[in-house]
Amino acid sequence: MTATIQPPRSGNPSSGKPSSGRIAPKYRRSGGSKGNFEMLAWLFMRLSGVVLVVLIFGHLTVNLLVGEGIHAIDFGFVAGKWADPFWQFWDLAMLWLAMLHGTNGVRTIINDYAEKDATRLWLKIVLYAATTVIIVLGTLVIFTFNPCPVANGVQLPGGFCPAP
Amino acid sequence: MPTKPAGTLYRGREGMWSWVGHRITGVVIFFFLLVHVLDTSLVRVSPEAYTAVIGTYKNPLMALGETGLVAAIVFHAFNGLRIIAVDFWKKGAKYQRQMLWTVLGLWVVVMVGFSIRHLSLALGGH
Ligand code: HEM
Ligand code: HEM
Repeated sequence: MTATIQPPRSGNPSSGKPSSGRIAPKYRRSGGSKGNFEMLAWLFMRLSGVVLVVLIFGHLTVNLLVGEGIHAIDFGFVAGKWADPFWQFWDLAMLWLAMLHGTNGVRTIINDYAEKDATRLWLKIVLYAATTVIIVLGTLVIFTFNPCPVANGVQLPGGFCPAP
Repeated sequence: MPTKPAGTLYRGREGMWSWVGHRITGVVIFFFLLVHVLDTSLVRVSPEAYTAVIGTYKNPLMALGETGLVAAIVFHAFNGLRIIAVDFWKKGAKYQRQMLWTVLGLWVVVMVGFSIRHLSLALGGH
């Protein structure tokens, strides 16, 4: 009795050229339109991982371990950080890298567990939609942040407004 | 006739369990991040809305939740660096098991330090 083992649908860093004729044609990845996307994704997971260690550990240290820790976090805390382009850029990089890294990771997991083509397709559509919404929203929030919000001509309580 | 493999590098051993842990922590962090960007976006609704929702992060139960989240991140981060070392370092595959124990050791040290600091701040009142 021989068992056929399917090659993984994603996550293989090598070129994917079948080494023998035993791989059914529909599982062959070489020569397809995908090109070396999977290899780039594999590399991205590693490069983004190294950068994320620094970004996330820095984020957690500043927000949880320094000074009063979590008790210091409120609207004014965020206003203070985002008044500085350094932290704006830090959070922007963390947002994009963590979301793309996490999305690619979850894509791999969907490929591994969702057996039906239709299920895989739908799960990925939901995943990519969520990712797009979160990245766009998070980016806008960083760059449209207003320390002194006003509604109907009245300053909202809790804001940081220049003295009149 | 295929015979039962007499133990492999991977299946059922440390390598597999670290992979399971890496996968679960990755998904947990991903779903946290979705919620986290939404709660941060409340700074665009109003200062009071943001401060009220962030206030819920400050109760004792949430302090434990935050510690759990950080435990997941620290494991995923250290084990991720181990995966990178296995892939890129010449001797990586040879020392993967020693590196796993290093990951777990560092994880314990960092988490003991983090928990003491975070829980005493979070539970210690203002
Ligand atoms: C319990 C732990 C955490 C707390 C208390 C916390 C708190 C905060 C706060 C106060 C902000 C506002 C801006 C700033 O301070 O830079 C923020 C933003 C952000 N945090 Fe965290 N954070 C935590 C964990 C994490 C983790 C684990 C990640 C990554 C996976 C993360 C990713 C982000 C991102 C991407 C933003 C920017 C959001 C945006 O663009 O609107 N945070 N966080
Ligand atoms: C702290 C720094 C991080 C490092 C060093 C890191 C490293 C890695 C590495 C090396 C992989 C394996 C990729 C592969 O097998 O091809 C991976 C997978 C993954 N990561 Fe991360 N990562 C980090 C942060 C994150 C964050 C913030 C998230 C969530 C937003 C995340 C979610 C995932 C997921 C879901 C996977 C897929 C797991 C699997 O396929 O079993 N990681 N990570």
